[in-house]
Amino acid sequence: MERSPADVYAEHCRQRELAYQVDLDGRPIFRPRVGYDTWRISAGRGTVYSTSVVRPRNGTPYGVVLIDLDEGFRMMSRVVGVAPEDVTIGLRVRLAWEDGDGPEAPPLPVFEVDA
Amino acid sequence: MTGVAIVGAAEAHMGLALPGLSASDVMADAALQALADAGLTPADVDGVFASSTQLPWATVNLADDLRIVPRYTDSTMIGGSSPMAHVNHARAAIAAGLCDVALIAYGSTQRSVGRATASVQEVDPWEAPYRPVLPVGAYALATARHMHQYGTTPEQLAEVAVSARRWAQGNPDAWSRDDLTVADVLAAPRVCDPLGVRDCCLVTDGGAAIVITSEARARTLRRPPVFVLGAAEAHSHRHITAMPDLTVTSAVISGERAFAEAGLTPADVDSAQLYDAFTITPILFLEDLGFCAKGDGGPFVLDGRIGPDGELPVNTTGGGLSYAHPGMNGLPLLVEAVRRVRHHGDDVALAHGNGGPLSSQATVLLGSEAAAEERPRAAKARSRRGDSATAGAGRHRRAFAAGRSAR
Repeated sequence: MERSPADVYAEHCRQRELAYQVDLDGRPIFRPRVGYDTWRISAGRGTVYSTSVVRPRNGTPYGVVLIDLDEGFRMMSRVVGVAPEDVTIGLRVRLAWEDGDGPEAPPLPVFEVDA
Repeated sequence: MTGVAIVGAAEAHMGLALPGLSASDVMADAALQALADAGLTPADVDGVFASSTQLPWATVNLADDLRIVPRYTDSTMIGGSSPMAHVNHARAAIAAGLCDVALIAYGSTQRSVGRATASVQEVDPWEAPYRPVLPVGAYALATARHMHQYGTTPEQLAEVAVSARRWAQGNPDAWSRDDLTVADVLAAPRVCDPLGVRDCCLVTDGGAAIVITSEARARTLRRPPVFVLGAAEAHSHRHITAMPDLTVTSAVISGERAFAEAGLTPADVDSAQLYDAFTITPILFLEDLGFCAKGDGGPFVLDGRIGPDGELPVNTTGGGLSYAHPGMNGLPLLVEAVRRVRHHGDDVALAHGNGGPLSSQATVLLGSEAAAEERPRAAKARSRRGDSATAGAGRHRRAFAAGRSAR
């Protein structure tokens, strides 16, 4: 192994590409795992599989979602640009990017409503 | 496999432990009480089974506390379902001649020391940037999906909490015994939508232990043996994002295998202890273990069906929601299943454990002497019907394989 799966993934994020692996039969895999060397770039279209609003005792509520990408893999993320209560299962979304947490962190894939 | 039976069972410090007791102390106290219940002493124990988020070396702590050098130890950690797995592993060890008397024990001081120290969550770097609050956030996502897919309602979820509370009101040791209505549950502060604080289990201290030996030896001891009729485990993912279908747990596999081994069906079960970390979990396990069809768990729990006057007694102590929840609650469920057989006339008592974000599932079927005697007949009936140990599970396993390929 020359580079960790996390490293390959992060480098794609810096190019604002959402990368995922496929197995020998071409079936998508996410999260990135050791043992798979073939990567593909997602078109970034997907559907909200499930959604929850986290309500901290002292703080602003925020959303956490699971997105099913059209290529057939699932990832955790959040939907931006809309109140977390208005994110519903089945909502169509498209990839967007936020700055990473800190100067070293790569951009973070998030989603917005696919109007 | 050599048949085994539970010959001793006890709980200790459920709720709040005495000041100064460590998690290991709580575990040891429960262990000593379970051994006394069996009429045995630590010197009789040659197999030790334990795991705990607070005690990464739990079996070593336990053996040291009891001042024994066991022949065989197993610290399998699969969260709250660990003790059910320990039952399965203990009987394999007994059958293989690796030990004769197996002690399974657990202790927690998570209320006294705080959950942040007692139950450190393994961080998944692929989920962490989105700040899920775990484990509740994972269960909230599963609940939301179940509601979307099957029309499960907040009122049905609340009914699980209300039934647990009604059982707890008959348990003088229960942590929460005040009256609780569906409206109270719905009005409680939200934690992670759609789950509110009354949909979540308690955070308490507590310990429990059971002692297992061969059926032959069990018959020589002071308590009527509680027979292990079936036991099985399965796990499907570590973190919630990798769960193939958030509405179906691998309890379909553990349940199918445990029932097949016992030659029983859910209709034969007199009581069920179903790990209730959150109100959604008994609903999922009622479905996945075959008490009702997938998606029917919400309607199933209505009208007090799993409460004290219902047709299927579930979580008869008040469970994790109202009795106590010491971090990993599998062992108290097994102890209660033992009590059901010993004191409530149950012939078949089920205990089902769950660990992580619906990750690991383990099912144990316990039975009375009468149920144990029925076993050969049940096996014959099964072979007449042409069932195999894996017949029903096959479809679910294929579904898991299909799901897995896309993750």
